Amino acid sequence: MSVGTRLDVSEYDVPGRGRGLLDVFQWRYLLRLLVRKGTATRYRNSVLGWVWSYVKPASQFLIYYFVMGIILQFHRDVQNFAIYLFAGVVVVNLFNEAFGNATNAIVDNRALVKKIYLPRELFPIAAIIVAFVHFLPQLVILLLVCLLVGWTPTLLGLGGALLGIILVVAFALGLGLFFSGLNVRFRDAQNFVDLIKMFSTWTSPVLYTWALVADALRDHDWLLFLYMSNPLTVAVELFHVGFWEPTTTQSYVLPEWFGYASLVAVGVTLVALVAGQWTFRRFERTFAQDL
Amino acid sequence: MSQIIVETTTSPCIVVDHVSKRFLRRNTHSFKEAFVSWIKRRKVRADTFTALDDISFQIGQGEAVGILGLNGSGKSTTLKLISGVLEPDSGGVFTRGRVAGLIEVGAGFHPDLSGRENVYLNAAILGMGRKEIDERFDDIVAFSEIGEFIDQEVKHYSSGMFMRLAFSVAIHVDVDILLVDEVLSVGDAPFRAKCYTKIRELTARGVTMVVVSHDTKMIKELCARGIVIRKGRKIFDGAIDEAVDQVAR
Repeated sequence: MSVGTRLDVSEYDVPGRGRGLLDVFQWRYLLRLLVRKGTATRYRNSVLGWVWSYVKPASQFLIYYFVMGIILQFHRDVQNFAIYLFAGVVVVNLFNEAFGNATNAIVDNRALVKKIYLPRELFPIAAIIVAFVHFLPQLVILLLVCLLVGWTPTLLGLGGALLGIILVVAFALGLGLFFSGLNVRFRDAQNFVDLIKMFSTWTSPVLYTWALVADALRDHDWLLFLYMSNPLTVAVELFHVGFWEPTTTQSYVLPEWFGYASLVAVGVTLVALVAGQWTFRRFERTFAQDL
Repeated sequence: MSQIIVETTTSPCIVVDHVSKRFLRRNTHSFKEAFVSWIKRRKVRADTFTALDDISFQIGQGEAVGILGLNGSGKSTTLKLISGVLEPDSGGVFTRGRVAGLIEVGAGFHPDLSGRENVYLNAAILGMGRKEIDERFDDIVAFSEIGEFIDQEVKHYSSGMFMRLAFSVAIHVDVDILLVDEVLSVGDAPFRAKCYTKIRELTARGVTMVVVSHDTKMIKELCARGIVIRKGRKIFDGAIDEAVDQVAR
């Protein structure tokens, strides 16, 4: 090329235009370092450190068990109610943690976002992986307890639980992308997220059984279907089937249309992912000036 | 898109084509404020402020160009547009090759991590892979003169040490285009001299460089060409000595 010739723009990059989530694969080394940073610095300067990862879910579990199991006498109707409860609690904890972390990811990393171009999706994704790492000790406890009371794992049950985890993480990622983008301009998003997190525990069958919901919604089948199509509900039930049911002598029946509800839940998750990515990219253009 | 004609003797590495950038001065910052303003029929939409107005220039491969101007004239905005942190409202910015900026020196540092961990983290942020960092790690530490403190947490560093390490990471990244903002004013005189030598080495190797600074002495030393921006418009593009005179005027 020399002076006066036409410039071929196609040979050039346009700075600041990424390919969204796909770019993250190219930056996986950085992603790994970000995750390591997240896990390494989380409990810096705290005496108990990682113990907090156990203390928090344990105390939460105890209070739920005390109120639901002992005061409201759920443990009479549900065999091994403690396991039933814990299997649901870990799923909801995973969702809340992943969703909450992802929402704050961009604002927390403002120093970087304002000064350097990276695929910004890296931050919510790293936040979600960190949440997943913190979920693992809880999962281990669940497995140990199940084994102690004589649980024989089935391949189908474990596969279902794995699907449940994937569903929860993907759903949290979709919602997390949506709200982390929104959060940059409107910090109100954070309060919205707190509301959703509060609802998540109660709108899925964690503290009670779905049969009770079915009784209450006897005349509104579609509402029950809506309730069951919540990705969190599906994941919680998959965990119940995978971990709790094999430890009981009761037979646990899900509605015969549970499969359809699961498909709808998968659809909802996909919509959340696409909508989240789309919103994120829309807001991404002004991140640096809004932070 | 209208066609762009090449203006540089070497093939251009950075093309800024009729770029305008407007910032928004938001009148509302929350759903509530937006709603209240809407009820009161006040402005919900934001006012705009033009930071850059129809700026065009090209920078050829291996050129070292200084961007000059008074505070608030739009220099840093220009750099941010080239690095991709900001997007232009109209016009286009095109680059060829890997872009890294010394603008972000230290932005990725985490005070609770050790110097070593921070070197890896920051180098990865600037786009380096693991093997590359492993290979250059010793050079980076040697250049920064941090020595045995490398395994200490960064929060215990003096500000000078901090900047030296951050700068050292940035300057060891393999780049085609280097963007330099003010940061060169860090460190003591010997360290600064070392930085200049290193930067000249890079330009000699064919790295394209854009420098933004108020330090005219430094700019004169590093750059041959200067672009002067005043209130978001380009008013001069040419030899560095003349450009420096233009700013003072």
